[in-house]
Amino acid sequence: MSSAEKIESILKKINRNNETALVPFFTAGYPQLDSFASDLINISKVGDVVEIGVPFSDPMADGMTIQRSSHQALINGVSLKWIFDQIEAVSDQLQAPLVMMSYLNPLLAFGYEELAQRAKKVGIGGFIVPDLPLEESYELQSSLENMGLGLIQLITPATPIDRMVDLCAASKGFVYAVTMTGITGSDSGLATNLAKYLDQICGITDLPVCAGFGVRSAEDVKMIGRHAAGAIVGSALVEVMEREEDFVGFLERLR
Amino acid sequence: MTVDFSETEKEILYQSVLDNKFPDEMGRYGPFGGRYIPETLVPAFSRLEAGVKKYLNDPQFIRAWQDELDGWVGRPTALTYAKRLSQKWDAEVWLKREDLAHTGAHKINNAIGQALLAKKLGAKQIIAETGAGQHGVASAAACARVGLPCRVYMGAVDIKRQAPNVDRMRQLGAEVCAVETGDQTLRAAIDEAMRNWVSDPSDIYYIIGSAVGPHPYPFLVREFQSVIGKEARKQILEQADGLPDAVFACVGGGSNAIGLFHPFLGDKEIELIGVEAGGHGSGLGQNAATLATGTPGVLQGAYTMILQNRDGQVQETHSVSAGLDYSGVGPEHAFLQCIGRVNYESATDTEALMALSELCMTEGILTALETAHAFAAAKKWATKNPGKRVLIGNSGRGDKDMLTLSEHMRG
Repeated sequence: MSSAEKIESILKKINRNNETALVPFFTAGYPQLDSFASDLINISKVGDVVEIGVPFSDPMADGMTIQRSSHQALINGVSLKWIFDQIEAVSDQLQAPLVMMSYLNPLLAFGYEELAQRAKKVGIGGFIVPDLPLEESYELQSSLENMGLGLIQLITPATPIDRMVDLCAASKGFVYAVTMTGITGSDSGLATNLAKYLDQICGITDLPVCAGFGVRSAEDVKMIGRHAAGAIVGSALVEVMEREEDFVGFLERLR
Repeated sequence: MTVDFSETEKEILYQSVLDNKFPDEMGRYGPFGGRYIPETLVPAFSRLEAGVKKYLNDPQFIRAWQDELDGWVGRPTALTYAKRLSQKWDAEVWLKREDLAHTGAHKINNAIGQALLAKKLGAKQIIAETGAGQHGVASAAACARVGLPCRVYMGAVDIKRQAPNVDRMRQLGAEVCAVETGDQTLRAAIDEAMRNWVSDPSDIYYIIGSAVGPHPYPFLVREFQSVIGKEARKQILEQADGLPDAVFACVGGGSNAIGLFHPFLGDKEIELIGVEAGGHGSGLGQNAATLATGTPGVLQGAYTMILQNRDGQVQETHSVSAGLDYSGVGPEHAFLQCIGRVNYESATDTEALMALSELCMTEGILTALETAHAFAAAKKWATKNPGKRVLIGNSGRGDKDMLTLSEHMRG
């Protein structure tokens, strides 16, 4: 079974038990550089799949929280190579599979072939690249798929249905459903016709669908769980981490 | 994606330029360009692309834009023979006077074109970014002219050094938003405008000010700015009775340069020279000479040359001129450089300031600090090539730079 298929089967198994998968996102090396590895171990005890954010200098699809965390992580000295080294050192202690969220340029600079090899070696099953639309994704997708990794596609409420079909067909591991039009970390509440939107995507694909952008509470997770496989929690988690509060407790309370 | 071409490949690509093959259907100029955008913006870009195809080929739309250029912008702008500068440089120097266009720079050609397009596409809110403030002022004026609300994103650093333009934008009814994130200059302003657009992609229209960003923006801006080169080519043939030997323009994102160069691309014997900001040194972070010292990567929606470190993180830049202070460059410039049709050089802060002063003293023209970089490089070229005819794109006026200039005069 490839790394991407493993993620798919884990998410499906959770759903068969009538539970909602929890997918925590946090920025590597934030707020502290030296706590990244232990944070990752702890988060992987609660999360079903863990999404690691690679900081970038120009995060054009992110809200204030992720921008702030990215900016600080870069000042702290985080690079993609450093992140791989850190993950590799603790990979036998991680209890959940990993995916990576990165803007395209750090991946381009790393080189696609080497990226896929390194990612596979440290146990990353897929990539989410918010500034890489389907039309431009062929090269990265084939490099990743050659190593059994997936390029996880994003769908938004603005996506027309025929495009949803194409995006679902290209996705591996799961499909990422953005729950609102906007940037990450918005607190305007989940879109009102969320249920219909998520049901529509689930009707198109056999892959698990995970929903993110604006997930802040156990109620949000519960609501998403009725219509999708998993909930992605990003900005809300990063805010708890930057206040140096008990983020494991926060994640447990979302269940 | 390879950006190194053999001489034969360069020749083939150059022929494709002349055959109008670029941008191709993927929005590419050879390897450069494309459209790297969040999924949320994909439908908005599809609408924009369809609108660009429709209206740029619609004679009625083009006539409406041309009427605004003639009656409101004040085109055609003059081509001035720089008599005393010519004597001093031992050259024949001609200036394309975009400083005489309404609001004081070439930016208005594109701003009014895109504002008219936004109106056609049913936009309810205009957003724009600005570095030196010239595109912000032009957008504010164009929006007032067509009757649309305008919000301008401007880096906090630029707000300080271009204060007069901030007041002008507000006077023209625009809302000016200070961007405190990132490098607090043009790049951060574009990031912030993009983020805002992502939040409401159906009602917002983003008037991008330079020939940068995702396709079709670099093409759209080039089409609106090519009026500069088309006029200049016709005027110099009439007034000087021949074409220039060399054409100079400053390059930040590169909108005035692509506008001036594009109609001359087929004149193979003419040297085209773009001039970037050399800042105060050649090290990373000391300049904004993207084409001279950058490497290929994806920034703000396009594959182009950018100033970045080995990890693909985009680096901050330095230039005395806010309008050139940018870590990327329009993808078509990256392409024209790699096929060898346009040469790109840089001028330092000091050279630009000296050139600005020389032009003031000899021709009575206070040019923009951005534009002054082109004069600095043209002077060097003229020294090596005596007696030649030189055309310089005088892209904007320097009134906005008085704060910076006063500081330098006081030393």
